[in-house]
Amino acid sequence: MIEPKEVFDISLTVNGERLTRRVQVRTNLADFLRHDLELTGTHVGCEHGVCGACTVTLNGKIVRSCLMFAVQADNCEVQTIEGLSRSGVIKDLQDAFVQHNGVQCGFCTPGMLAAAHALLQQGPLPSRERIRDFLSGNYCRCTGYQAIVDSVQAAANQRARSSMP
Amino acid sequence: MSARETLAARQISRDDSLVGRSIVRPNIRRHTEGGGHFVDDIKLPRMVHVAFLRSPHAHARIVSIDSNAAARMPGVIHVATGKDIAAISKPYVGVLRHMEGLRSPPQYPMAVDVARWQGEPVVAVVAESRAQAEDAIQRVDVGWEVLPAAVNMEKALDPSEPVIHESYGSNLCYRQIVDTGGVDEAFAQAHLVVEDTVNIGRQTGVPLEPRGLIAAYNAADRELTVYHSYQSAHLMQGTLATCFSMEERQIRVIVPDVGGGFGIKIHTYGDEVAACALAIILNRPVKFIADRFESFQSDIHARDHRVRGKLALDREGNILALEIDDLTGIGPYSMHPRSSSIELLEVVLFTGGNYKHKLYRARGTVVFQNKNCMCQYRGVGHPVAFAAMEHLVDQAALKLGIDPAEMRRRNLISDDAYPYTSPSKTRFEILSHQKCLTQLLKLMEYDDLRKEQAKLRKRGIHYGIGLASFFELTNPSPLIYGMGGARIGTVESCTIRLDAGGQIVVHTAICELGQGAETIVAQIAADAVGVELSSVKVISGVDTLSGPTGSGAWASRQTGTVGEAVLQAGLTLRKNILDVAAVVLQTSEEKLDIINGSVVMKDGKRGGNVSLLELARIAYYRGNELPSTCEPLFMATHQFRIKDYDFVFSNGAAGCLLEVDPETGFIDLLKIWCVDDCGRAINPKLVDEQIRGGMAQGIGPALLEHCIYDDQGQLLTCTMADYLLPMSLDVPDIEVHHVQTLTKTSALGAKGIGEAGASAPPGAIMNAVNDALRPFNAKVTRQPITPEVVLEALGKISQVSSVSRQA
Ligand code: FES
Ligand code: FES
Repeated sequence: MIEPKEVFDISLTVNGERLTRRVQVRTNLADFLRHDLELTGTHVGCEHGVCGACTVTLNGKIVRSCLMFAVQADNCEVQTIEGLSRSGVIKDLQDAFVQHNGVQCGFCTPGMLAAAHALLQQGPLPSRERIRDFLSGNYCRCTGYQAIVDSVQAAANQRARSSMP
Repeated sequence: MSARETLAARQISRDDSLVGRSIVRPNIRRHTEGGGHFVDDIKLPRMVHVAFLRSPHAHARIVSIDSNAAARMPGVIHVATGKDIAAISKPYVGVLRHMEGLRSPPQYPMAVDVARWQGEPVVAVVAESRAQAEDAIQRVDVGWEVLPAAVNMEKALDPSEPVIHESYGSNLCYRQIVDTGGVDEAFAQAHLVVEDTVNIGRQTGVPLEPRGLIAAYNAADRELTVYHSYQSAHLMQGTLATCFSMEERQIRVIVPDVGGGFGIKIHTYGDEVAACALAIILNRPVKFIADRFESFQSDIHARDHRVRGKLALDREGNILALEIDDLTGIGPYSMHPRSSSIELLEVVLFTGGNYKHKLYRARGTVVFQNKNCMCQYRGVGHPVAFAAMEHLVDQAALKLGIDPAEMRRRNLISDDAYPYTSPSKTRFEILSHQKCLTQLLKLMEYDDLRKEQAKLRKRGIHYGIGLASFFELTNPSPLIYGMGGARIGTVESCTIRLDAGGQIVVHTAICELGQGAETIVAQIAADAVGVELSSVKVISGVDTLSGPTGSGAWASRQTGTVGEAVLQAGLTLRKNILDVAAVVLQTSEEKLDIINGSVVMKDGKRGGNVSLLELARIAYYRGNELPSTCEPLFMATHQFRIKDYDFVFSNGAAGCLLEVDPETGFIDLLKIWCVDDCGRAINPKLVDEQIRGGMAQGIGPALLEHCIYDDQGQLLTCTMADYLLPMSLDVPDIEVHHVQTLTKTSALGAKGIGEAGASAPPGAIMNAVNDALRPFNAKVTRQPITPEVVLEALGKISQVSSVSRQA
């Protein structure tokens, strides 16, 4: 019988930084980001793929980092909330969340922003219904969602306005 | 009004006052950047992790525990049983002295001989990582003798049921009776008697950040420091001091960012006490973060009520008398320190408390059962009381052919009748049920909505319109817990200072859970002193060592009580600043005012301006410029508690529009309206958001959320895929308007708002569903109102499966 390998060396890019780390094969990506890299903006609300608090971007697509092993991110490019913030790509969304009180406790916020960012990349001016539909995999226990929908809509409107000729 | 009261009123209601304005929370940007600072984000040197083996049985005797194999697992540092923890932690008892007859045995942090609910912690394993601790748990061998379990609350008092605490002889925990007399006579003479039973299912709060703490012990000084995701640092300090027989000064509790609380993080949890005990035993920091599975099994549950209700009415639809019988099952222990009887007590005291009838009889029964413990969660007894009463009112309206809105207009207590004492002897200071109802109907365009509904009905589309009137216990006095012997304060304190940089620094014990509590403090402080918001720094988080004493976030109390302490301390600081300014400007204090951070002459004359920054510079660095008789005191403190009333009630009215599909039983929630009166709304936007968030936590249990147990006491809903929470598609837009009837119990005039939102939807939604089902002569009385429940009401399926029937 072949003993399963317990650790594995991975190389990946996180928030633009190239890293090599030895990880336990069973460590999920969320724990790797939070504990090994100390990127604590990625939150863990359920560890079973429902709440969306752990949402990060992997090779440009949003994923639930609690549902992936860190080893699966080998050779991948990961963006966490810290990276999305620093690069400035979600500045308008962040401003809108502040302005419309789309944040209460803030625990869902990083995942919510990552998801909202992905939505706005799909096309301009999503309807409220579309926003609600797209964000339905990101749970918020504080806001009742309306302020979050308002925030995303405001950012979308702003983008549409500024891209007008 | 005293001069001080006049000044307070002026400072918060000037044209440029910040109080009353929807100021954007100044300190939330970090959350959008991943810069929150939650307990699980903290790492301490030498920190280790604890995980718990929890009872797989609802009721079982622990015959043996063999942890040898577990102790040899990689990374394992320590294994402790309930007995080991009991050796250093005293048990606690969830009983309040002023609640006669309430009983509950001493509860140890972990099961010692017998486990009494599935999920009760039994063995703790400490390891270098959480994963290693969980691995080792798999190797702990517990010998169990499974005992029969008392699961169903309806049967809990049957002699045939197993008795959970033998010495009690039965599973009765508490009984409460209210009787004004005259109820039987009223029912005998009534034109109409309406009777029904409402079942409200078990639910839980699910803060997105699970419970958690890090405990660190300093053996040399015998000091325990706990970083805790909790709603009341000072409460935990007192609890731990009692458990470990330590002085409170030896215990420091620090509350960093909290990812939602809702009443879940305000109780004594055995796993948390055990984690602290382990930190003492091991003399190194121990982290405990509940995972979602164990949260469902160990975070307090709530509701689980069966209310039988009966209304007596005259021909015109006036309610003459109300009778209720409420039963609730609370798990095997009354929860420490608040007790698990308050929810039932609120149902007994508050049902019908917004209506005019004078005759009332209520019987409430609390029973023990082998399920997870039940205690206070957002809304506490209110949603149950209003669901039951609003349902009865609608049923009466239907029988009498009176419109539900008109029915309420006739029966709600008129606004000018306040102060008012209800039949349960609850004293209400000043409420506005009629005004809120009138505004709500206007906001909903109620009459048009009814016409639209009638039209759609003809086309086979079944809209339902539901109303609910509600009130909320807020800003409690010491009567709520303190007098019952619990270390739960109701005093709030504020220390405010002008520092050398010209900044106003405010220190309170306000607990920010996301409500915007710190923003409210900043707004009030800025107005009280007379500075701009940007000049105010509110110290974030709560620390029992460095901060003032307070009681935290519960019973919708912080704005009203902490806010008043801030206002009064701010006014004193303002006066102290003006005293020094008068010396510097060589005038008298009465002639001066502070506007936008500068001292100015009230009469607008020039020449007499000095900024607070300059005054601070003089006072702190150039005291030589002041006469020796001038002693600046740029610091002020105030403590406040509610005195004139036991509680300060707020109120409101809510309406809901939904569509029921009679084929599938699906309910589509289309719109919710709410008119709320929380007295002075310090920040109307934040009030709206409390209502909306609260309503989502009322919509969930009305339609989706249910902690379902099987008949062996096994919880079947331990993941977020099984316990259904409202998603963004499930919550409609909620329109909120305000009436502002100020309370006179404080100069600030603010009542609470945190729980009101959660209280209304169960009643409003059930009424709307039944309104939609009217053409079918069907009604639902069971929550959550799942499609299955609707189809059963329609006679389309014979019976709701026994598990989901279980309340
Ligand atoms: S933590 Fe990953 S989805 Fe909840
Ligand atoms: S803001 Fe608290 S969970 Fe969304």
